Amino acid sequence: MSEKKILTTPIKDEDLKDIHVGDIIYLTGHIVTCRDVAHRRLIEEKMPLPVDIKGGAILHAGPIIKPLENDKFQMVSVGPTTSMRMEKFEYEFIKETGVKLVVGKGGMGEGTQRGCKEFKALHCVFPAGCAVLAATEVEEIEDAQWRDLGMPETLWVCRVKEFGPLIVSIDTDGRNMFEEKKVEYNRRKDEAYEEICKHVKFIK
Amino acid sequence: MENKTEREKMTHLMASFISYVSKKLPDDVEKKLAELRKIETGDLASTIYDTMAKNQKLAWDLDRPCCQDTGVLQFWVKCGTKFPLIDELESLLKDAVVESTFSMPLRHNSVETFDEYNTGRNVGKGTPTVFWDIVPNSDKVEIYTYMAGGGCTLPGKAGVLMPGMGYEGVTKFVLDVMTSYGLNACPPLLVGVGVATSVETAALLSKKALMRPIGSHNSNERAAAMEKLLEDGINSIGLGPQGMGGKMSVMGVNIENTARHPSTIGVAVNVGCWSHRRGHIIFDKNLNYEITTHSGVTL
Ligand code: SF4
Repeated sequence: MSEKKILTTPIKDEDLKDIHVGDIIYLTGHIVTCRDVAHRRLIEEKMPLPVDIKGGAILHAGPIIKPLENDKFQMVSVGPTTSMRMEKFEYEFIKETGVKLVVGKGGMGEGTQRGCKEFKALHCVFPAGCAVLAATEVEEIEDAQWRDLGMPETLWVCRVKEFGPLIVSIDTDGRNMFEEKKVEYNRRKDEAYEEICKHVKFIK
Repeated sequence: MENKTEREKMTHLMASFISYVSKKLPDDVEKKLAELRKIETGDLASTIYDTMAKNQKLAWDLDRPCCQDTGVLQFWVKCGTKFPLIDELESLLKDAVVESTFSMPLRHNSVETFDEYNTGRNVGKGTPTVFWDIVPNSDKVEIYTYMAGGGCTLPGKAGVLMPGMGYEGVTKFVLDVMTSYGLNACPPLLVGVGVATSVETAALLSKKALMRPIGSHNSNERAAAMEKLLEDGINSIGLGPQGMGGKMSVMGVNIENTARHPSTIGVAVNVGCWSHRRGHIIFDKNLNYEITTHSGVTL
């Protein structure tokens, strides 16, 4: 295996140019949890995001947090949630915020693809179901904004070290791994169907 | 009075069992994941499998639920008519879920429909789900406990085919789910298929099929052959872990079946994700228990 590819925030356009779909990367610096309502607030309600994420990273996730003393928090569990739910807003979101890394679960669509290409950003997948590992890669929760949204929707500003593995699903050329894979999967599915049908003619 | 303490005892035991299931995968799933890991040679697939293994170890060491989505709790009970706590069973299972929800803790995953609010206790109207099988002349109870996460519940699908569509139609029904919602349900999946007469009979069987151990087979020879055909077929699609590509796609395909109306074929698919948190526990009338899914557990 080649050497670990680690991105550090703030991320610059040049940092992303040699990274392609299917690559595995890690993130050091800051990542902010940001999901459904936060996207809607920024795009539909035009409320400015209370955290500056230019050159930064967001994580589609609703974590489990344990409050500590003095307004400090501990990350207990933080698994990615289905990114597709944010698809509707993501082009505008990338454009407005200058975010460079969008991390979540599963693929995203055409809008995000365009956003990643035009404004130079990546969509990455953190393996889902690995929420405890992700939580232990958070060194500290440094800030919490829009707390009125409740624990899952709050913008939790996390300082992370080698957060990952992050698998690149959309790159700055606008290539989309899941969409490309789907074509392959459907072709192989049709082949599998033909093959199985030869053996299941039980109704005669 | 005696029944009251017995009820409490069983509630605590079930609460501990639920908590246990939330952090540790059953033996058959662990074994299968390790097997699949060995088959994958690509960087991407092996990195994902290694990440999963690391996560499971951390969940155990830190005593936390391994996936943040601890699901809606579902129980399949096979209860003997002479089991002393039969009348209390459904309500004590609810209490056990609440107890585990606050002690583990589990995520609050019960939203009342129409009123649309989260109960904040992980239980609500009809949740946890309890499916009943009554066993005459027995004083034991067998309980399957299952955490149905959102991602792996979403692909669920049931329908009724015309006999002309045959088992070819069943095949297509199952395969189509794999390449659509199945991708996002955290493969490698365990696929449960119900073949019966109507939507609800097929749907129940497809969930029941997920309770069967990986590697077990339907007792009907043709159904067992079809399990293998579907398993190989879906594997050949190469979804890999997380649907990101690999040599394999599934942990297995389990089919459960009943007879059907001559004019219909009821078919349903349910999938379990890689984090397939199911447990199986058997109580005798004195509440001595035996756990078959996880070795070496004392509650
Ligand atoms: S599909 Fe399973 S592993 Fe994936 S996030 Fe949902 S519960 Fe967790």
